[in-house]
Order: sequence, then structure tokens, then C-alpha cells
Amino acid sequence: MAGVTGKDAVLTAYAQKLETLDAPKGRSLTQDAMRRLVRNKAAVLSLFVVGFIVVFAFVGPYLLPWAYDKIDWSAIRKPPNFEAGHYAGTDQNGRDMLARIMQGTQMSLIVALVATMVSVFIGVIYGAVAGYFGGKVDAVMMRFVDIMYALPYILFVIILVVIFGRNPVLLFVGIGCLEWLTMARIVRGQTLSIKEREFVEAAKAGGAKPWTIIIRHIVPNLTGPVVIYATLTIPEIILTESFLSYLGLGVQEPQTSLGTLISFGSPVAETLPWMLIGPAVVLVSLLLCLTYIGDGLRDALDPKDR
Amino acid sequence: MEQGAIKPAQPVDLLEIKDLKKTFSISGGLFSRRLTLTALEDINFTIRSGETLGIVGESGCGKSTLGRCILQLLPPDEGQVLWLGQDLTRLPAEEMRQRRQDLQIIFQDPLASLNPRMTVGDIIADPLRTLRPELNKDERRARVLKTMEAVGLLPEMINRYPHEFSGGQAQRIGIARALITEPKLIVCDEPVSALDVSIQAQILNLLAELKDEFGLTLIFISHNLSVVRHVSDRILVLYLGRIVELATGDEIYEDPKHPYTRALLTAVPIPDPKLARLRNIDALKGEIPSPINPPSGCTFRTRCRLAQSYCAEKRPPLETIEGGRLVACHRWRELDAPLEAVLGV
Amino acid sequence: MKQVLSVEDMSVTFALHESEVHAVREMNFTLAEGETLAVVGESGSGKSQAFLAIMGLLAKNGTAGGRAMMGDINLIGMAPSQLDLYRGKDIAMIFQDPMTSLNPTLKVKTQLGEVLVKHRGFDKQAALKTAIEMLERVGIPEPVKRANAYPHELSGGMRQRVMIAMALLCQPKILIADEPTTALDVTVQAQMLDLFKTLTQDFGTSLVLITHDLGVVAGVADRMMVMYGGRAVEKGRVDDLFYDPRHPYTLGLLHSTPHIAKRAARLDPIQGLPPSLEHLPKGCSFNPRCAFAFDRCLEQRPPLTDAGDGRQKACFYEGPMAYGQVA
Repeated sequence: MAGVTGKDAVLTAYAQKLETLDAPKGRSLTQDAMRRLVRNKAAVLSLFVVGFIVVFAFVGPYLLPWAYDKIDWSAIRKPPNFEAGHYAGTDQNGRDMLARIMQGTQMSLIVALVATMVSVFIGVIYGAVAGYFGGKVDAVMMRFVDIMYALPYILFVIILVVIFGRNPVLLFVGIGCLEWLTMARIVRGQTLSIKEREFVEAAKAGGAKPWTIIIRHIVPNLTGPVVIYATLTIPEIILTESFLSYLGLGVQEPQTSLGTLISFGSPVAETLPWMLIGPAVVLVSLLLCLTYIGDGLRDALDPKDR
Repeated sequence: MEQGAIKPAQPVDLLEIKDLKKTFSISGGLFSRRLTLTALEDINFTIRSGETLGIVGESGCGKSTLGRCILQLLPPDEGQVLWLGQDLTRLPAEEMRQRRQDLQIIFQDPLASLNPRMTVGDIIADPLRTLRPELNKDERRARVLKTMEAVGLLPEMINRYPHEFSGGQAQRIGIARALITEPKLIVCDEPVSALDVSIQAQILNLLAELKDEFGLTLIFISHNLSVVRHVSDRILVLYLGRIVELATGDEIYEDPKHPYTRALLTAVPIPDPKLARLRNIDALKGEIPSPINPPSGCTFRTRCRLAQSYCAEKRPPLETIEGGRLVACHRWRELDAPLEAVLGV
Repeated sequence: MKQVLSVEDMSVTFALHESEVHAVREMNFTLAEGETLAVVGESGSGKSQAFLAIMGLLAKNGTAGGRAMMGDINLIGMAPSQLDLYRGKDIAMIFQDPMTSLNPTLKVKTQLGEVLVKHRGFDKQAALKTAIEMLERVGIPEPVKRANAYPHELSGGMRQRVMIAMALLCQPKILIADEPTTALDVTVQAQMLDLFKTLTQDFGTSLVLITHDLGVVAGVADRMMVMYGGRAVEKGRVDDLFYDPRHPYTLGLLHSTPHIAKRAARLDPIQGLPPSLEHLPKGCSFNPRCAFAFDRCLEQRPPLTDAGDGRQKACFYEGPMAYGQVA
């Protein structure tokens, strides 16, 4: 650097000032949003319920006397029995229902999370790139999305099952790879409007390269719609998983998921009601709470309310 | 305080615009062909180091587009933008990026021009990250503090977010971001239009101080003629994407040669009730025509009270008249006596 | 002169999550027939909210107190159904952005006609004829063609004219214009201000002009009211306030406004920032920015008192205020 020696003295003074500077942290938009979310009673309650379900699914199994795949030959098709440790009864094979519900919830949550994360990741990058570069790039990328939309979803799933059939998590990585289409469209639309904002122009005037602009200036400002849509994707994937398991394409025995449990429970709902009620209660409360959280996030992140 | 590199006794030609043209293509609907909107045409002028050039005109006259073409934020269709003799329009991307240290911009809407998810310190330091990658975080922060002080922001504000600031303070942040690379030229695109009156005056004074302190050259784009008069050495008047007049501030405001400039000046409201009542407003009839289908010949003729039939046939060239000023009108000699009576100087 | 509007002790309060914000306090003024009153202030001074309250157009969380008497009718606190009898008919309001007040899916003539049919009981034919006449009166060239256009097909100036035409159809006694020319170009602004002048003369309409631009005020208004921090700080005839301001804020505003015919080396702005209505300073709201503030200003709030000659000010300082002292 030429000729900065004189300036260095000045800058050093500022650098020293920097060390002693007590600059309070500002309120970021995210913090503001969280504050608003906390005021939303339905969302807070839902967060607690979801939190409880997570703990239930992941910690619960360690507290139970029975494992999810262990068969109790003395108790087949038995209603809840506290003395034997079958708090939610047993299924036709004598396996403990509560342990199976916990394992099923675990599985449903994992696949939902994995698939959602994959779809958010691909959707955000794809949509932001298409929207930012625009023109021909955008046209080609979005036509590809249209084609993917047009192809039958279930066909892809069956192909994926053939490939990943043994591994449910990998299967849902695959499903995530199909679920990103809507996310990409939403992100592209948002990007089109964000890139017209003056701060993006300011970044260009500051010499920033396209990738820097996308990562530093566009993606962080997508938080609102992305988070909201992601919270809606989670229940969607849980339902997809239930649907696939119902068709016999999802999780393999002895592992289970909420969808599988319900599909086994529903034919025998009249004779063995505990086989349906338990998993159904968990699934319904999970979906309901996630929807409330999504609503709460939408209100909290709404920029109009700023 | 240390000065920027340029503060020579003899002003040099910093920037030269030659035959600049910019068009936009707009879709004319589902079944009609695409239309071409000529935003700028035949733009020629020079900016000397250390001066402030005001660019005025009504909305849609192309003044903001001109600012962005100069900075290469929009690529011009034709013509050259010569920065110290080097044509920016042909510069490879990487070299242009380096040039951006010298050319910066301040925007109209102070809050919209700041990324809402970054802290003030990060926003101001942003150009340094790309343009001066050799600096480490502390060196950047030190420069940020120095610049914040120069624009009148308290150092405690460094970690706050844009939405915690009022419009005037946000504009100071925008100015700090433009100053941090120690530029030679700053394009100010309506920098005070979105601000309250008392804050407007503060920002105008700040720009004037910074200009002296750092030896800046400014291009000041505004629709507010009172503000432009206040800050500019020379003024360029645009109408429908063409230069209609270019002269020093005093010449323009005391003796406008183009009927459009004159009409603009008489339309400016004067904060003085007696003068305002006395004033004979030379109100322009009608509104600015569409730039998609501009009038033939002189584009101003549809609203001009001096217009003759030949104005529709031949486009008036931008001619150099007495005192080296430029005007594009067939009939500038016919314009009435100076403006004093109207403006109440 | 006959008074058409008399506002007494009006206040506007907004309820926030945990607190209340007083946007307007203790507002008093009268408006005479055919008079133009300018209400001047910066953003957050409460100038728009005061008149939205009179029109019954406050946001959900806002409440208005006091009285706004139009004849012997109090507009404040009136039920919306009852307010509709007067709104648009006796008192009308136009806004900065005409596009937000026009329905984009209906033709101009339909929107104008509806007003006449609804408020004045015209039949459709007569309504159309009157609407086109009105468009012509507000200076719209080719009124028949414009009447058949949709709002988005018109330019900004034309739309604002359509809004004014719509507001005038019922010949209201009072027209409130909130920053009507701020979004327009200077040449169009000059045309609009001209139009306002003819309107008050020809129709005898009383005009309230809400603006931040002293240049606009000087050309059009008879009297003005300067607002700061939700309160009126100075009131009087336009000439008196421009040539002999008695409140330091009025003086500061005048010196902050660049004058096209004078080029000063530096403007003489008011220092500091406008206060947040949630955290008004103790004593006089203007004291942190005032060059003339003394100890009393920090403790007590100056009331709006008569300063002779039909003018009022809210300031304890009585000494001379010279140019250049507002620093």
C-alpha cells in the first residue's frame, strides 16, 4: 500500500479507540421477530408441545422397559397394562406400542428434517441464482423446474425406493431433492424483488461479485419466506412419509414411522383402538403445532409490521 | 486530516462522456412487438476535478439512468465514459471492479439502500472487503470508525442495525459507505429528496464539508432546483433523455437560455409569500411526453411557447454560445429578458 | 368571515403493545370559509394524523379526543355510518399518492359517477355529464377521453386532478389535501397549486394544505400552523410567520429551506433530529435542538399563547432572533 504511512498514525488511533469502544449490540431483525413470536401465545404453546414431542421421541425409549422391536410373547394384542410395562398396549406381534410410537415419531421427525433441509438448501441456491442472474439463465433454470413439476412425483419416489429402499434417511434425502421445486419458485420471486433494492446496487457499486451479492445480500433477506415455507414443508413431508408408508414404500420393518403405525392401526381400530389412537394423537398434535408455529413465524417476520 | 490523492491546483478533466446512448426494451403486451424506450441520447459533457455538476430534470428524463451509466451499473448501448482518458465501458470486469474505488454512489432512499440484516459497521466496511482484500478485520473497523466520525455518526452506533436509525442518520451511513474507499467522484442520486426539511439542510452541508475535506468531485442528481442551485458549480438540464442546456449555476439561474430551463425555474415554489404572489408563473402546458414515442424534431416543442413549425422538422443541435455555455434550441435568442422579475432576485 | 370548521382540544393517541403514543395533543384551530390553512411540519409531527382523525380514518389502534365542530356537528367520535353522511359530501380529503385512493379496476367516469349517484341522487346520465364537466374544470384536457380511461393509464398529475375532481363533485365546504404535490414534478406542481388557488376562489371551498414544503405554503396559503412533536408551536398569517417568525423552530425551518434565488455558502439547518413521539424531551419538545433554550425551557412546557395581531406561539423566549443564530 503506497503512501499510507502518514495515515497509519491516524488509523492506529482509531484502532485503539476500537479496543476501548463500548458499542451496544443493536436489535437485529431476527431478534425483533423472535420478540414478536414470543408474544404469540399459540405459537409459544406449540413450540413447547413440539419440544415435548422431540424429547418424547428421542429420550423416551431409554426410559422404557421394552425396546421397539422386542417381542413380549406373554402379551400379544393386549390393551395398556402398567404392571407389564406396556403403557400403551402391544401390537399383534407383542411389541410395546409406546416404544413403537416413540421410534416412529423419531423416524418421522428425522426424515422430515432431512428432507426439508435438503429442499431448502437446493431451493434457495437454485432460486436465488435464477432470480439474480435473470434473463436466459432464469428462463432455462425455471423451465427445468416446470418440467420437473410435470413429471409424476410418485414415479420418482418408486425409482428412489428401488435405489434407497433399505435406507429410509437416504430415501428422504431423495424426496428432499424433489420437494425443492416450490421453494425455488418462491425464492426466485423474492430474489427478483430484492435485487432491485438499492442496497444490492450499492453492493455492485462497491465492487462485489455476483456470488458475494447472492450470499451476503440476497440470501439473508430471504429468511422470512424461506423459514415460513420450510415450517410448512415439514408437515408436508411427514404426510408424504405417512402416505408412502401406507402404500408400503416407506420405512421397513421392524423400524416404523407414524404413518406406518397408523396404517397398521386403522384396520383394527375397532378391536385394538390403542394401536390407532396413540400414533394418531402424536401425528395430529405435531401437524397442528407446526402449522401454528408457521403462522406465528409469518406474523413475526412480516416486514410490514416492522 | 490527510487529503485524498487528488487536489491539484489545476483542475483536470476527470470524466468525459462521449455520445452516450442508452435504450431499454420493454414488452408491449402479449401480441404486440417489443417497444424501445430511448432513455438517453447524444450525451456529451466533461466533469473537471473538484467541481459539482448538478443534473436536473423531471421524472423520466433519464437523470438517474445517466448516473448509473457513468458508474457502469447499467451498461450504455453506445458511446464512451472516459475516466482520466480510460474508457470504462470497455474495461474488463476485474479492472472495472478496481476502478470502483474511485467512483461511488449515494442513493435516494436511505433505508432501502442499506441491507437490513447487516450492522452499520459491516455495511460501511462492505466495499473494503472486495476492493481492499488485504485489510484485516481490525484495519477495516478502524477505517469504518474514522469514516463514521467524518459523517457525524457516533462510534457507539457501529453494531446497530439500519432500522434503528432515522432517515437522516441512515443517509449518513450511506455516505460513509461511499466515502470509505476514498473515492474521487461520487454520484449523488437525489440524496436528500426523501428527508425532512431540517435534515435535508444538514445533509447538504455535510456533503459540502466532505467535498472540501476530501477533495471530492460530485455529480448531484435532483429534481429539486433549489437544492441543485445550492450545491452545484455547473448544471446540466435534461429533457427526455437529451441535454437541453449546460452552463454554470449562476448563468442557468439568472439567465436561462432554453425555454424549458426557464419554465422549470419559474415553476419552483419560492418560500417567500410576497414574491410568490407577485410571481408570474410561466406554467408549462401539459406533461412530459412518452419517451417511447417522443415528438419529432425538438422534443420540447409540444410544450414550448416559442415553438415554430420548423421545430418539428429539425432537431436543434447542442450549440456552444457566448461564454462557452451550451444550449439546444433553435430560438434561444428569442427568449425574453433575464429572469429577475420572475424569480425576484 | 363564517367559520366552517372549529377544532377544540383535539388529541390523537395510538395504543401500541405496551405503551401509548400521543401523536397529536391539544390541537385548536378554526377554518374560515374560502380560506387556505397550511399545516406545516416534519414527519412524525402529527400533521397528517390530526386530519385523518377528523375524517374518521385513523388506524385501528388510534383514538381521537376533543371536538371538531363542523357547524354544530362534532366529527370526532361519530359512528362511521353517521360520518358517511358528511364524509365526501361536506368534507373531503385527498392524499399524496392518488393511486391508492382510486380503484384500479374501474374507469374514471364510473368512479366519479358513483359519488354523484350516491351522495347527490343524480341519475346515471346526469352524473356522467357533471363528472366530465368537473374533469374539465380541474384542467384535464380531452375530458371525455380521460373519463373512459382506467387510473393506471393516466399520469401522476392527471390522477391527482381526477382525485381533486372527485373530491369537488359534491362541492364540499372543506377540502383537506395531504401532501398533494409531493410526488409530482415541479412543472406539474405549479399547475396544481394554480388549480388550488382558483378552486378556493371559484367554489368558496376552504382548503387545508398539509405539507412540509414552505415554498408550496408561501404561494397558496392564507394562514399557517407549524407543528412539532404533536403540538402546534406557532400559528398566524403566512406573511407574519415568514417575515417575522417568533418560534425558533419556524425560523429554523425557514433557514433550512433552500431558496432558488439566493445561493448561500452554507444553509443554516436546525441541529439534531426530530424527537420520537414515544420519548419526547421534558419541558419544551424542541429544547434539545433550540439555540435560544434557557433553563425554564428544560423544565416547563410553553403553552400556546396569544402573541398579538391574531397570532399565537408556544415559546418562552421573547428576545430577538437573528439570522445565523439558529445553529
